[in-house]
Amino acid sequence: MRARVGHWLEEDQVLATSEREEPTRRDFLYIATGAFGAVGAAALAWPFIDQMNPDATALALASIEVDLSSIEEGQTLTVKWRGKPIFIRYRTQEEIDAARAVDLAELRDPQTDEERVKAGKDQWLIQIGICTHLGCVPLGEQGDYDGWFCPCHGSHYDTAGRIRKGPAPLNLELPPYDFVTDDLIKIG
Amino acid sequence: MSGHSTFEPQNGFVKWMERRLPIFGFVHGSFVAYPVPKNLNYFWTFGAILAICLVAQILTGVVLVMHYAPNTAIAFDSVEHIMRDVNWGWMLRYMHANGASMFFIAVYIHIFRGLYYGSYKAPREVVWILGVVIFLLMMATGFMGYVLPWGQMSFWGATVITNLFSAFPIIGDPIVELLWGGFAVDNATLNRFFSLHYLLPFMLAAVVGLHIWAFHVVGNNNPTGVEVKDSQDTVPFTPYYTVKDIFAAVVFLVFFAWMMFMVPNFMGHPDNYIPADPMVTPPHIVPEWYFLPFYAILRAIPDKLGGVLAMFGAILVLFVLPWLDTSKVRSMSYRPLGKQFFWIFVIVCLGLGYLGGKPAEGGYILWARIFTVYYFAYFLVILPVLGFIEKPKPVPASINEAVLAKHSAVVGADSKA
Repeated sequence: MRARVGHWLEEDQVLATSEREEPTRRDFLYIATGAFGAVGAAALAWPFIDQMNPDATALALASIEVDLSSIEEGQTLTVKWRGKPIFIRYRTQEEIDAARAVDLAELRDPQTDEERVKAGKDQWLIQIGICTHLGCVPLGEQGDYDGWFCPCHGSHYDTAGRIRKGPAPLNLELPPYDFVTDDLIKIG
Repeated sequence: MSGHSTFEPQNGFVKWMERRLPIFGFVHGSFVAYPVPKNLNYFWTFGAILAICLVAQILTGVVLVMHYAPNTAIAFDSVEHIMRDVNWGWMLRYMHANGASMFFIAVYIHIFRGLYYGSYKAPREVVWILGVVIFLLMMATGFMGYVLPWGQMSFWGATVITNLFSAFPIIGDPIVELLWGGFAVDNATLNRFFSLHYLLPFMLAAVVGLHIWAFHVVGNNNPTGVEVKDSQDTVPFTPYYTVKDIFAAVVFLVFFAWMMFMVPNFMGHPDNYIPADPMVTPPHIVPEWYFLPFYAILRAIPDKLGGVLAMFGAILVLFVLPWLDTSKVRSMSYRPLGKQFFWIFVIVCLGLGYLGGKPAEGGYILWARIFTVYYFAYFLVILPVLGFIEKPKPVPASINEAVLAKHSAVVGADSKA
């Protein structure tokens, strides 16, 4: 390799005596070949990287239906969706009142309680049960705000699942879901 | 460096081979005649001990793979199968699991040796940087290996560590999904971690080769930090240091054997004998002990991105250490102030390790913050400033002189007694 490059350089020096600073045809071919090779290498590398991304089975947006009729007031049902726990909580009136009495200015990720539930279904709080800090599953009805508490690094969420204290940056995420009937939801 | 003797083979086959592939001469020059400062203490034996650790991990790992299954449905059971049914499986697995801890004990001693004696300073910057690369590869390998048994700590350790990348804005979530191969840690994650856990040790071995090559070009540092001046300062590697290294390795292996036979789960966590459950996080999750100081730094910062940056920064700062330490004197033995700051740094690192294993609350957080500040201050403030204000003690003119001075002092003390 070195010998070949050296050979080219010598030739260029010969040419350079007559056409100083002027790019030669050989320079063009050298750069064009290099650029073509680099693009080819990048194109070939992509499948090796992209194979790691979620595959077709993971992407097939599995949806589940959950029957809420068996859940009593003050109970939480945890179901699994896309490999993650979903907290379905039938909130008590006190919990709803506590969540709505909060001043938005004191929230790290400001969101009203109404924005976190479906209109007219204020008692049903349905969230992805993954702490937004580093992905642990928080414990229910615990912490300084009687909402959720993550034991891993000490994040406290309130009764609307909003982050109030600790290292987590965001409120508990809400999954896409709809009420099929009053007692049946479809997640996903 | 010039050797004590040149390689002159007598054997006919060796002569024939030397003209075609001079491998015998290479080995002779690198590990037999190779000149080594004659004053190395036992802290210098950890290089050889680490080489033994790497070989032991690869050997035990290769045979464990003959029985392990990287699938979330059967991974946990296959490890129990190794423990209960496979001939000597219990021993091979305990060797591998405890071997990882031994590897890290040895590498931490090796790193602090380098920090104390200034082994990172010119002309050994590349040796040091390659060492930091080895340390990073070890951490990646150790982390992924701990995931393979698919217990509760495996699963939640993998979840927390991969989620560290979600702290970065915009690119964070795509990176985490790329690492997982899904929307949570699952079978795809286990499979790729297994693949990489098998690959990385061989990359590690290659970088170890470069590390050894690099310090064979610049020569060993030594406790005085004074460069080798002539052949009076050195002895050939064989037999002097082969014997010393073997002796130290045997003592180390006695400790290793005691750990793996008498307290094989001391370094582990009981929760990892519970199969992984993606729906329940154990109340108190901790990483493997060798990550605890960095984990404490992560938790000391009350901000997600800040904590992650501080944790990565704690390792990355090591890469630029050769240019941060401004002192002309290598060895802390001749640096009256530097030595004191160094020992505080050692205590701070051990303290961070202790705090990393405690719950993140109250006084533990406060101390973790104080120690984190000192950790960074040591590299970014103390070492750069100290070079200008410290008055070092006189450094010996040569290694030989230092050895003779020490020897005559001992003889003098003996004759007085």
